[in-house]
Amino acid sequence: MNSVSGTVYDSAKQISPAFSEVRELRNYRYLLAQLVRRDIVTRYKRSVLGVAWTMLNPLGTMLILALVFSQLFKTVESYPVYILSGLIAWNFFSQGTNAAMSGLVWGGSMLQRIYIPRTIFGVSAIGTALVNLLISIVPLILVMLFTRTPIPWTVVFLPVSILLLTGFALGFGLFISSLAVYFPDVAEMYQIVLFAWMYLTPVIYPENIIPEKWLSIYRLNPMNAMLKMFRIPIYEGRIPTGPEILPALLWALGMLIFGWFFFTSKTDEYAYRV
Amino acid sequence: MRIESETVQATSQDAPVVQNMIQLENVSVEYRIPTERIGTLKEFMIRYLQRRVGFRKFRALDNVSLSIHKGEVFGIVGNNGAGKSTMLKVISRVLRPTLGRIVTYGKIAPLLELGAGFHPELSGRENVYLNGALLGYSREDMDRVFDEIVSFAELEPFIDSPIRTYSSGMYARLGFAVATAHFPEILIVDEILSVGDEAFQKKCNDRMIGFRQQGATILIVSHALDRLQDMCDRIAWLDHGKLQLVGQPGQVIEAYRQEMH
Repeated sequence: MNSVSGTVYDSAKQISPAFSEVRELRNYRYLLAQLVRRDIVTRYKRSVLGVAWTMLNPLGTMLILALVFSQLFKTVESYPVYILSGLIAWNFFSQGTNAAMSGLVWGGSMLQRIYIPRTIFGVSAIGTALVNLLISIVPLILVMLFTRTPIPWTVVFLPVSILLLTGFALGFGLFISSLAVYFPDVAEMYQIVLFAWMYLTPVIYPENIIPEKWLSIYRLNPMNAMLKMFRIPIYEGRIPTGPEILPALLWALGMLIFGWFFFTSKTDEYAYRV
Repeated sequence: MRIESETVQATSQDAPVVQNMIQLENVSVEYRIPTERIGTLKEFMIRYLQRRVGFRKFRALDNVSLSIHKGEVFGIVGNNGAGKSTMLKVISRVLRPTLGRIVTYGKIAPLLELGAGFHPELSGRENVYLNGALLGYSREDMDRVFDEIVSFAELEPFIDSPIRTYSSGMYARLGFAVATAHFPEILIVDEILSVGDEAFQKKCNDRMIGFRQQGATILIVSHALDRLQDMCDRIAWLDHGKLQLVGQPGQVIEAYRQEMH
């Protein structure tokens, strides 16, 4: 009986939240861009070197790790490239999921005041990490030039690697951030989990030091499959084979779907909780 | 999000004269309050297994049915904790009703705690765009009203300085200017505004009156009963989540005052 144009909201007409959220996110894409911009711009706002820190950070970490561990892992050829190709992927994951978590907790005060799609903080956190990942490719190239490692043509596979890891990180970030809404301790606990997870993943050490009997467990680590997507094209200089891509693809899709549904199934509660 | 769409008048002959902008049908909002605070996952797991996760239910809104018409200035009164803010949250889509149904027709502009999304390190200009985006506007929407926002907030010389250098008055002025930059079909005001000095307050008031003349629907929650009585077309009185009375401002406020004393 009302013929009013414009935005009509009817709480009774709700299609599955997992799907309506996608539509809302599309409507708010400008906010998404603004949040990513804000996070990039403000992170180093008061520092002299500004955004250059995005490159200097992994470069510094890499230099230290390379100095410390190159004696230990003498067998690894061009170790700096090995470590940096793993580190950019790992940093993307840990930064993105962490920011997704703190983003929702920060956004909580906004969620209680105005309507915004709830996934926007998770998605923008991963978006920010993605920009940082792209910027950190610059020091990787510098190190490859400096150590006279030829840059293989197979790096053209990287967009696929990045897409897979993005899907996995977004799914996991949404999952962990909805846990953190209910249990604030999760935020602290996750730092320890990340720390342990990094050492369980061959970021700084070569895969071949893992004892035979642990290999089957080790292969269950999804980040292992993810890191391979970066290391094989950058470090080994070949395109990953189907059997190598498959676990990464399954993890990425599975985690994305699981995280998205898990998060959106609780969206109506966040305004009560955060 | 576009908001240019002016409300189209009902054209069919048997269309009602009054057009509903907000419709609440038997709306209840229930908060579940844990009887004890459970802060850790471990604690939750243990208690969950022991079936000791207790919740106390609290009805912030209890079976409220209400229609707010187009072009109306509608006030809500009630004691603290009567459910006024919860009602605004349900209407502005922040909370989904536990029971019942809510329908709103048109773009809603919430005027709650101005400048809540501002980032201190960003400039006034950057914050205008960020805040506009939080309210659901696009870049083009904001480009169109940007100059108007700056001049209304009287911040021309400072618009490119970081917002942390702003005084609280400047902050609130910019917040108000952004929140009211576009014509809202439904404007939600929590507490009568006390933004900046008297001159600016008058500007805010004028802008709200302008919206009203253009046919906006305005929803106000306040404790300033005399001012509400002057401004509103109708008033609702909420008490412990229940709708006590809806009607003419004088009548409702008198009843509310009597109940209080």
